[in-house]
Amino acid sequence: MGPETAAVLQLVALIGALALCYIPFGNHMARVYSSDKHWRVEKWIYKGIGANPDTEMRWPAYLRGVLAFSLVGVLFLYVLQRIQGILPGSLGFSSVNPAQSFNTAVSFVTNTNWQSYYGEQTMGHVVQTAGLAVQNFVSAAVGIAVAVALVRGFARSRTGEIGNFWADLVRGTVRILVPFAAIAAVILVACGAIQNFSGIHEVGQFMGGSQQWNGGAVASQEAIKELGTNGGGYFNANSAHPFENPTPFTNLFEIFLILLIPFALTRTFGVMVGSVRQGYAILATMGTIWLGFTALMMWTEFAHHGPALQLAGGAYEGKEVRFGVGGSSIFAVSTTLTSTGAVNSFHSSFTGLGGGITLLSMMLGEIAPGGTGSGLYGILIMAIIAVFIAGLMVGRTPEYLGKKIGAREIKLSAIYILITPALALVFAAASMALPTPPHSMLNPGAHGFSEVLYAFTSAANNNGSAFAGLNANTDWYNTMTGLAMLFGRFLPMVFVLALAGSLAEQKPVPATAGTLRTEKPLFTGLLVGAIIIITGLTYFPALALGPLAEGLAS
Amino acid sequence: MNNSVTNTARLLWAGLRALLVLTLVTGVVYPLVVTGIAQAAFHSKANGSEITSDGKVVGSSLIGQSYNLPLKKGQQTPDAALQWFQGRPANGLGSNSINTQYKLILSGATNLAADNKVLIQQVKDAKTAVVKDNSVPGYTVSPSQVPADAVTSSGSGLDPDISPAYAELQVHRVAEKNNLSVAQVEKLVKDHTTGRTLGFIGEPRVNVLELNIALKDLTKGS
Repeated sequence: MGPETAAVLQLVALIGALALCYIPFGNHMARVYSSDKHWRVEKWIYKGIGANPDTEMRWPAYLRGVLAFSLVGVLFLYVLQRIQGILPGSLGFSSVNPAQSFNTAVSFVTNTNWQSYYGEQTMGHVVQTAGLAVQNFVSAAVGIAVAVALVRGFARSRTGEIGNFWADLVRGTVRILVPFAAIAAVILVACGAIQNFSGIHEVGQFMGGSQQWNGGAVASQEAIKELGTNGGGYFNANSAHPFENPTPFTNLFEIFLILLIPFALTRTFGVMVGSVRQGYAILATMGTIWLGFTALMMWTEFAHHGPALQLAGGAYEGKEVRFGVGGSSIFAVSTTLTSTGAVNSFHSSFTGLGGGITLLSMMLGEIAPGGTGSGLYGILIMAIIAVFIAGLMVGRTPEYLGKKIGAREIKLSAIYILITPALALVFAAASMALPTPPHSMLNPGAHGFSEVLYAFTSAANNNGSAFAGLNANTDWYNTMTGLAMLFGRFLPMVFVLALAGSLAEQKPVPATAGTLRTEKPLFTGLLVGAIIIITGLTYFPALALGPLAEGLAS
Repeated sequence: MNNSVTNTARLLWAGLRALLVLTLVTGVVYPLVVTGIAQAAFHSKANGSEITSDGKVVGSSLIGQSYNLPLKKGQQTPDAALQWFQGRPANGLGSNSINTQYKLILSGATNLAADNKVLIQQVKDAKTAVVKDNSVPGYTVSPSQVPADAVTSSGSGLDPDISPAYAELQVHRVAEKNNLSVAQVEKLVKDHTTGRTLGFIGEPRVNVLELNIALKDLTKGS
C-alpha cells in the first residue's frame, strides 16, 4: 500500500470514529446544559464559589461572569509565572519575565496557547500542571458556555435570560472535559506518553555520556490540550515530541480528540433548538470545508513542491517518520481549522501552498469545525450573515431558526466578523512597517512576511500555532500578540452574548412558504460560499503577498 | 458609583473562588489521579520507556539519539560513527539557554521554508554525506536512492525512527564496518521494521536505538 492510500484510509477511519460518537456525545452535551439536576460535587463547587446555579442571567450578567472569571485567570497565571522562582515543585526554574508572563497568561486564558517560551526549559511542574493545564480546561469550558448561551438565545423566546454562567462553566468542566480527558490521558500513557512528577531525568546514552529530559504530567495535559482545542505543548516540539505523541495511533487519536467536541456541538445545537436537521446542515458545512482543505493539503504535501523538498524527494522537513506526510497533513488542517494550534509537524517547512492552507484555515475564523464552543458560535454568526445575503436577494426580512434577523442582529454579527481580521491585518502591517519587529523573521522574502501574518492571524483567531521561525519572544511580539489574543477572544464574545440576549427576547415567527429552509443542502451550499467569499475578500491581498507568492514561485 | 465598585469586587471575588476550586479539580485531583493510574498500570511507559543494553540504561526507545564519534580537536561537528545505524538529521535540536543548571534537550524543528537557501544547502550536504558514507566496495549508492527522511530534519529533532528504505541503504556499510554478512544485517533490519499500525495508520519505520542495541548484541555474539 502506498502512503497516499494509507493516508486516505486514516481519514476514513477518523471520520468513522467521529461519526460513531457524534450522536451520543452531542446528546450528552445537550443533556449537560439542559438538565436541572446538580451533581453532588457540583454543589460543593457552587458552595465554594458562592453562586446560585439556578439563577438565570440576562446577557450583560453572563458577560460579566465570563470577563471576571477570565480576568482573574489572567492575573493568577501571570503571578504564578512571576513567582515560579520561589514556588516549590518547580525544578528550581527561575521566574518568567514580565512580557512573556503576560503573553503566556493571556494566551492560555484565551484558549489560544500561543507559546513564545520553550516549555521544557521554562515551565516547572506547578506552572504547567496547576496553571497552564487548568486554563486548558476552563478556557474550553468558557468557550462552550458562550456557545450554549447563544444556542439558548435561538431556542428561547420572550425572555432575556440565557442561562447561568457559573453553572455552564462548572458543568462543562466536570461532566464533559474532566472525565473524557482522564480516559484519553490513560490511553495516551498506555501508548508511551509520559506521566510522572519525578523532575529532570538523567539517563545514559548508547554512545556514552548522558542526556537530560523533563519528566512531568505530560499525558494528562496532552489529553485536555487536544480535547479542549488548546494546543499548548508541554515540550517545545509540541505533538511532534515523542513523549507527547509517541505512536501513529496516538497521532490519529489526538486528531480525533481535537475534532470531537467541535463537531459534536452541532448535534447539541440541533437538539437544543428542537431540530437535529438544523444541526446536520451546520455539520455538513463544517465537514465540507474540513474535508476539502484536508484533500488539498494532502495533494500539495505529497506533491512536495519547493526546491529543498524536491531535492530531498519528499516533504519530510519538520515531519516525523512515524506520522508520515498523511498523518501530518490531517493534523495540520485539523489543528488550524479548530482553534487548537497544537502541531505534530512544523508548518513553516510545509510546501508554500501547504503553509498557505494552514493560514487560510485560521482566517476562515476557525469555524470548520472551530474551537470548543467558539467554532459553533462563529459558524452561527456566519449562518446569520448567509441568511441575510439570501434575504437581500429575494427582498424579505431574513429569519433563522424562527427568529427575525433585523438591523440589530446584523449589526452585531457584522462587527463580530470584522474584529479578528482587523486585529490580524493591522497588527501584521504595523509589525512590517516598524523598524525593529521585522528582525524577528527567520526566513527571507515572502515566507518571512508569512511568518508575521501567521503570528497575528493565529493570535487574533486564538489558534496558537506558528510559523515558528519567527522569534516571538521580544517585547513587541509578546505584547502585541498578547493584545491580539485578548481582543480576539473577548470582543467577539461581547457581540455573541448581546446577540444571544437579543434573540432570546424575540417571539418566534412561524415558518411560511417563503422562509429559507436552513436545514436543506441549498443552505449548506450558500453558507460554504458565504464563508469562502467573505474570507477571500478580506484576506486575499495579504495572502497574495505571502504564501501565494511563495507557492507560485516554486 | 460606590455600589458598582462593590458589585465588581464581589464578582471578581466569585471569579477567584471559582478559579481556585476548579484549579483543585483540574490542576490537582485530575493530574494526580491520572498519574496514579499511569504509574500503577504502565510504570515503564509513564516514566519514559527507558531501554537497557548490557544492564545499563542507554536512553528511551522514544527519543532519538546521535551516533557520533567524540569531537576531535578543532572540529565543529563530530563525525558519524559509521559502524552504527544513523538516525535522521536534527538541525532544529537545541540545548537550553535558561535554567542552565540543567543540560536539557530542547526539542524543535528548523522551521526553514522549502525555498530557503540554508535548507537547500542542508539537504544537499546531507545527501552527499549519505551517498559517500554508504557507498562501500561492491555497493554504490546513487543520489536518487536516498529517501527523504535521511536528508531532512524531523519536527521534534528527536525522531527515534527512520524509514525502512533508509535502514536498508545503510545495511552494506554497517555489515562491512562490523565484519558481518549483509544477510545478517538485512535480517536484523527486517526484524526491527514496524509496519503501519493495523496496516494503514502512520508509516513503516525502524527504531534506530533498538536496532543498534540488537546490532551490538549480534557483534558480540559472533
